[in-house]
Amino acid sequence: MKKSTGAQPQPQSLQEIAEKNEPAPNDVWELRLYVAGQTPRSLAAFANLKKICEEHLAGRYNIEVVDLVKHPQLAAGDQILAIPTLVRKLPQPLRKIVGDLRDTERALVGLQLRQAPPEK
Amino acid sequence: MSKLARKKEKESLRLPKAPTGIQGLDEITAGGFPRGRPTLICGSAGAGKTLLAMEFLVRGATEYNEAGVFMAFEETAPELTQNVRSLGFDLDELVKEKKLLIDYVRIERSEIDETGDYDLEGLFIRLGTAIDAIGAKRVVLDTIENLFAGLQNQGILRAELRRLFRWLKDKGVSAVITAERGEGALTRHGLEEYVSDCVILLDHRVTDQISTRRLRIVKYRGTAHGTNEYPFLIDEDGFSVLPVTSLGLQHEVSGERISSGIPRLDTMLGGEGFYRGTTILVSGTAGTGKTSLAAHFVDAACRRGERCLYFSFEESPGQMVRNMRSIGLNLDQWTRKNMLQFHSSRATFYGLEMHLAIIHKVVQQFDPKVVVIDPIGSLIQAGNERDAHTMLIRLIDFLKQRGVTAFLTNLTSAGDALERTDVEISSIVDSWLFVRDIELNGERNRALYVLKSRGMAHSNQLREFLLTERGVDLLDVYVGPDGVLTGSSRLSQEARENAVQQMRLLEAERKDRERIRKRELLEARIAALRKEFEMEEESENDNAQEVSRAKLIAENREAMARSRHADRTRDATVPKARRSQ
Repeated sequence: MKKSTGAQPQPQSLQEIAEKNEPAPNDVWELRLYVAGQTPRSLAAFANLKKICEEHLAGRYNIEVVDLVKHPQLAAGDQILAIPTLVRKLPQPLRKIVGDLRDTERALVGLQLRQAPPEK
Repeated sequence: MSKLARKKEKESLRLPKAPTGIQGLDEITAGGFPRGRPTLICGSAGAGKTLLAMEFLVRGATEYNEAGVFMAFEETAPELTQNVRSLGFDLDELVKEKKLLIDYVRIERSEIDETGDYDLEGLFIRLGTAIDAIGAKRVVLDTIENLFAGLQNQGILRAELRRLFRWLKDKGVSAVITAERGEGALTRHGLEEYVSDCVILLDHRVTDQISTRRLRIVKYRGTAHGTNEYPFLIDEDGFSVLPVTSLGLQHEVSGERISSGIPRLDTMLGGEGFYRGTTILVSGTAGTGKTSLAAHFVDAACRRGERCLYFSFEESPGQMVRNMRSIGLNLDQWTRKNMLQFHSSRATFYGLEMHLAIIHKVVQQFDPKVVVIDPIGSLIQAGNERDAHTMLIRLIDFLKQRGVTAFLTNLTSAGDALERTDVEISSIVDSWLFVRDIELNGERNRALYVLKSRGMAHSNQLREFLLTERGVDLLDVYVGPDGVLTGSSRLSQEARENAVQQMRLLEAERKDRERIRKRELLEARIAALRKEFEMEEESENDNAQEVSRAKLIAENREAMARSRHADRTRDATVPKARRSQ
């Protein structure tokens, strides 16, 4: 992923930071989806996630589904409040996307697979 | 008192309560927060919301055996633990005993994106797990409004919050939800819409650079609650609310009399001193001996075996003890025996409410029979006059309710009308002594009188008030044509009167002596007369003897004549007549 940067007062350092945080193309993506029971919303979220991964991260992703109804103690670890929540464990930094991932564009932005659309 | 208690009892029957264990708060809420229902605590930053909520849990765990879950949205568990340690709460210990569970919920807006539908089931599950883990009966959500900052979809959030409060009710936990005060509304995000059983507002106001915390129950369904603003404070023992305005005039009245420590003053007060449990005010200008009177009263109380509390706003305990030694009072012995406790602080050190709260607390801890506040006027410096006035009324009511005798001193400034107190409490005191200066002949002397003393026939006399090394002494003052005489004028008057007295005595003695002499003279004359009379009597006797001798001679002559057979003479009839006498 290339990031187009405009004129910046300190291009050097900011550029470096940006590149550091940029996920490398060959990293394996560790994703964790928190759900609570087999609700339609959970199922939809899982289906949407699967689709996105297949399209953009084919072959280099892992999805772990955590059902908080079965393992409620796991909610605290990732500071889960909303359900469903998708947590990108790897690559760093940690990202969270709450919701059923219905809006693919926003999900991609959230996962930093796509640049945020320019402000209109 | 009993009426109030009955009323409270009735209320508590109507609605089950979860006692907060917070001093005063349970009184004004008639038993605590509603059991099994959420309570909303709102207030601006730094108003004490978190502390109130935390104390609700800690007291619940320690005093009512109800475990609690603290869900923190702002501070982490170590931070919370550290913050409340200064209030004497050991959260670590409670956590170890499984009486408390702190769950820190972190919401980082920057790492969260939202896409599509969601709900807050995660929060419910976390809370549910925590509640079940320790069998919690109490829950605190502090501050749940942080969710609004972390999540964008307000519609979902509001719906979920409504569901959350419903869910908490179904769980049967007594929940406390804190919320930030909003502009023109109780809370910034309108949480009062969802939590409608009990809403409490905390306020922190600064007036004249002195801050006061206040609490108000905005609403409390099913409970007749106090609607006033109640001052509260946060100190090393946690929260305490002063339900001061709930105090009334229902205190028990004692007919017992207690000595003022000065026999002569007791005499002025109907012969027996003050009534126990009343309020005594001593006012006067500077240096008239108000503190000395207070010290005497305290000393007398300690001698009776009663505990005394002395709040001094002007002198340190050491200074008090030293100064009172100069009038022959050893207060040190009582402090050593823990009969007497001094509390010295500058009045401006705290706000009025804080003073009141401290006095309340110390009185409750020490349980004295006598409380001295010296002087009350200092308290005005800690607030304005009206506040000081209400505070004193509260204080007096509080002390009366406990049957404590209050001894207050008040400094009257020279320019003011003398019979006037700075804080206008003269109407609520029971006995009012007045100490004043009398300036005469280049010296200043003290005089004392009883301005009023409810329920006893007290003296209307002015007494001269002396501070001797054996304590306070009261003397009669001389009221003469020149006015009231005190000090050396009194002494010279005394000398004058003594001289007059002496003169009178001498005069009387002289008169006595004269009378004796007169009597002696008379008696002498009587004796002389008697002698004269005796002499007269004697001469008459002589006469009689003469007559009898003459008769005897005559008889002899007759006998002689008979023997010589002479003729009867006339002489013979005379002795006959004598014989008949």
